[in-house]
Amino acid sequence: MKAKVIITLKNGVLDPQGKAIEGALSGLGFAGVDNVRQGKFIELDVDASNEGEAKKAVEAMCEKLLANTVIENYRVEIV
Amino acid sequence: MKAAVVVFPGINRENDMVRALERGAGAHVSKLWHTETSLPAGTDVVVVPGGFSYGDYLRCGAIAGRSPVMKAIVSHAARGGLVLGVCNGFQILTESGLLPGALMRNAGLKFVCRSVRLSVENNSTFFTRNMVKGDVVTCPVAHHDGNYFADVDTLKALEDTGRVVFRYAQGTNPNGAINDIAGIMNEAGNVIGMMPHPENMIEPLHGSLDCLPLFESLGKAA
Repeated sequence: MKAKVIITLKNGVLDPQGKAIEGALSGLGFAGVDNVRQGKFIELDVDASNEGEAKKAVEAMCEKLLANTVIENYRVEIV
Repeated sequence: MKAAVVVFPGINRENDMVRALERGAGAHVSKLWHTETSLPAGTDVVVVPGGFSYGDYLRCGAIAGRSPVMKAIVSHAARGGLVLGVCNGFQILTESGLLPGALMRNAGLKFVCRSVRLSVENNSTFFTRNMVKGDVVTCPVAHHDGNYFADVDTLKALEDTGRVVFRYAQGTNPNGAINDIAGIMNEAGNVIGMMPHPENMIEPLHGSLDCLPLFESLGKAA
């Protein structure tokens, strides 16, 4: 099964890259842009017999390696 | 004392660290490749040096922090053995869970390579006992991700229990680290991590011997 993992910085954690992107967007004339946050997207294939099992496995991967839960949240989608 | 310097693919400061440990701490030093699953017998201190382990892929220190040798280092720390992490080594220690918090991208987004002024906040640790509290030394930094972050509770615990070992002296914070934190220790006091490179400020050719007392402290620790 294919899993998609979206990793984002937690609220309250400063995101200097997001700020730089926001500055660049406004410099290009895109008005009304606020709260730009940069994250990560990871896609992987996982061997599992059903969606629940796959999700559980990928969540364990997030806890152990893919995300740093001190500063990041993650969301797993099985597709 | 016996020191082991851990080498991961992409680490590049290991020889500077070996020299500082030999010269400053009078240590017998061996290098330890990351695939090892045990430490050399009688190791007193494990040092994780700076560099760019695994190209900083995923997050700085994330992959090294979960490599085979880390299990041996975590057991060593649990037995009360000394562990020191510098720069990427600090990032690796936070990623492995040996130290709290995380090192994030520098607030200014730039790689910072220069000297800072480092204030010794706690002089009762294995790496600072030859210093005086409040001593300010010159020390180089060279990093892109040194912006220390910890949640409010963790930060309070660090501050309240004297576990902030080094702080960037006023006005020299190069990366936006919270509370100007440059180095911390664990609760038991046997694991220390810091972003600056004291191993690069220990002999005349470095321009100053400011950080030599840190390694001399370490030499007396075991």
